[in-house]
Amino acid sequence: MNKFKGVDYFNADSLLTEDEIMVRESVREFVDAEIIPIIELNYREGKFPFELVPKMAEIGLFGSTLPQKYGCAAMNNVAYGLVTQELERGDSGIRSFVSVQSALVMYPIYAFGSEEQKDFWLPKLAKGEKIGCFGLTEPDFGSNPSGMITKAEKIDGGYLLNGAKMWITNGTIADVAVVWAKFNGVVNGFLVEKDFKGFSAPETKGKHSLRASVTSELIFDNVFVPESNILPKTSGLKSALMCLNQARYGIAWGVVGSMMACYDSALNYAKSRKQFSKPIAAYQLTQDKLVFMVTEITKAQLLNIQLGRLKDQNKVKFTQVSLAKRNNCQKALEIARVAREILGANGILDEYPVMRHSANLESVKTYEGTHEMHTLILGEDITGFAAFD
Amino acid sequence: MKIVVCVSHVPDTATKIKISADEKNIDSAGVSYVINPYDEFAIEEALKTKEKIGGEVYVVTIGNEAAKESLRKALAMGADEAIHLKYDGYLDSLNVAKNLAEEIKSLNSQLVFMGKQSIDFDNCVVPQMTAELLDYNSISVCVSFSLDGNKVTCEREIEGGKEVVESQLPIIVGAQKGLNEPRYASLKGIMAAKKKTIQEKNCTFTNNSVELIKIKKPASKNPGRILGTDVSVVPELVRLLREEAKAI
Repeated sequence: MNKFKGVDYFNADSLLTEDEIMVRESVREFVDAEIIPIIELNYREGKFPFELVPKMAEIGLFGSTLPQKYGCAAMNNVAYGLVTQELERGDSGIRSFVSVQSALVMYPIYAFGSEEQKDFWLPKLAKGEKIGCFGLTEPDFGSNPSGMITKAEKIDGGYLLNGAKMWITNGTIADVAVVWAKFNGVVNGFLVEKDFKGFSAPETKGKHSLRASVTSELIFDNVFVPESNILPKTSGLKSALMCLNQARYGIAWGVVGSMMACYDSALNYAKSRKQFSKPIAAYQLTQDKLVFMVTEITKAQLLNIQLGRLKDQNKVKFTQVSLAKRNNCQKALEIARVAREILGANGILDEYPVMRHSANLESVKTYEGTHEMHTLILGEDITGFAAFD
Repeated sequence: MKIVVCVSHVPDTATKIKISADEKNIDSAGVSYVINPYDEFAIEEALKTKEKIGGEVYVVTIGNEAAKESLRKALAMGADEAIHLKYDGYLDSLNVAKNLAEEIKSLNSQLVFMGKQSIDFDNCVVPQMTAELLDYNSISVCVSFSLDGNKVTCEREIEGGKEVVESQLPIIVGAQKGLNEPRYASLKGIMAAKKKTIQEKNCTFTNNSVELIKIKKPASKNPGRILGTDVSVVPELVRLLREEAKAI
């Protein structure tokens, strides 16, 4: 197979710095050597490739924007985006692992944790010695997290936690869960450790999507959480949503990796597959599909670079993140489906990556704010009318 | 101890080469360049040696402005210092060796790693020439390396097997595939490399004793021919193999 060279129709590389490009190239090499050769089998077997964790830690993929004193790379957000893009070219499930560890576990501990919590957890999470998960969504509260039922009661020396969370990436394999629960009616963040009594995290089985990633339920049955494990600097649900905003940002970039993988696969296939007298790439209908793909990839790349620059200047609005997440996930899914059409029957085989990406993107379009919720967020922002409670 | 690694900035092996109009170079438009793959083994071995015995790793390259990219990558992998011997044009192997030898001498390094060959010009002589110029020992095509005090033990790949050889510092080691598994440039390493400066110097030796006259592509292969699909074509196939291809 030809080495993947990237897709850059508009010379978007000229908008990146030398070190941002180096970060991308290093992760691209890593993905080519470590993820792509093993991913199909793991996906088929419904298994997260655990052996990748120390390797990913060694190259510094966890919490890569956080300060060096915690063992992190202190990169900017554009470089972080490029990391998620390359990882998702491998697989959305692997990218999800890194997104959760970085944006949903290390970020909240960094932003809302005490100095002791930061010093204890961040270096271990950066090294991959500890794995984290994030519990906000509940079985009956997805798009409306403010209705959550999980609650904390104050007792001597700490809190008593009761409730359940659902669709939790990494839940079963996590050493620590960042759990959001209501205390006196206000949403607070708690660090629940895996061996706390009454805490269990059974794996969600039967997935057709994100099969190389662990998804779980978290159950809290009178779990005692010591005082030292509440995140002291949160301010209600807003803090949890700040984490989601970090993760959505990574997704907006990540799915461009899926787009590129599908486009690359479809383009190579179309050039070599002959039907009637010529390669299918020579037919207008196929060219229309390929042009659609490269156009959407180009638009998403430019959107992401500007989004990242705004984020690095602390000028980004959460609605802008919503726009990029919404658009890029939708277009990635469309590209994956069109790529499958170009590959014909071959497209359904795991000899090619497109069906896996397509199935993964069904989840990615829905998690971290559904496509529909991002539409309503943007709708409210531009009209001033909220179309939801 | 200063450990020196010499690296070369070469076209990516996946590149489709086009020859420039003057036939003395390749057309670099659209070509991506990488660290010579054998030099990556050299960098890794230098870093591993530093991790064991301490010291600093100096990475040296000869080349045009673009060659800095390979130095940056070596710094990102963990090298401490980078030296760019600037030259935009063709240098023969002896001049490459002379320039490197001078730099190694000025750094007073006793342990030097480089790839056994660079995949662009494929002369496979620079490690040995440089050692000769410095009056250093040299072992090339190494697939293992160990250092115990002054004593160097290497395994070399030879036809159909390996040989174990011993020598001592000062030495130049030529790295072969299999010596180690080069590390990825870590994100922290890339950020740290940003702060390191690359020392620039000009090449002293530029009068080539071997002149590059012309670069040619290998003759393109003729397309295959289908004689038929059943046994009836065997006699014709035998005839062609004997008379046309002269293969039997």
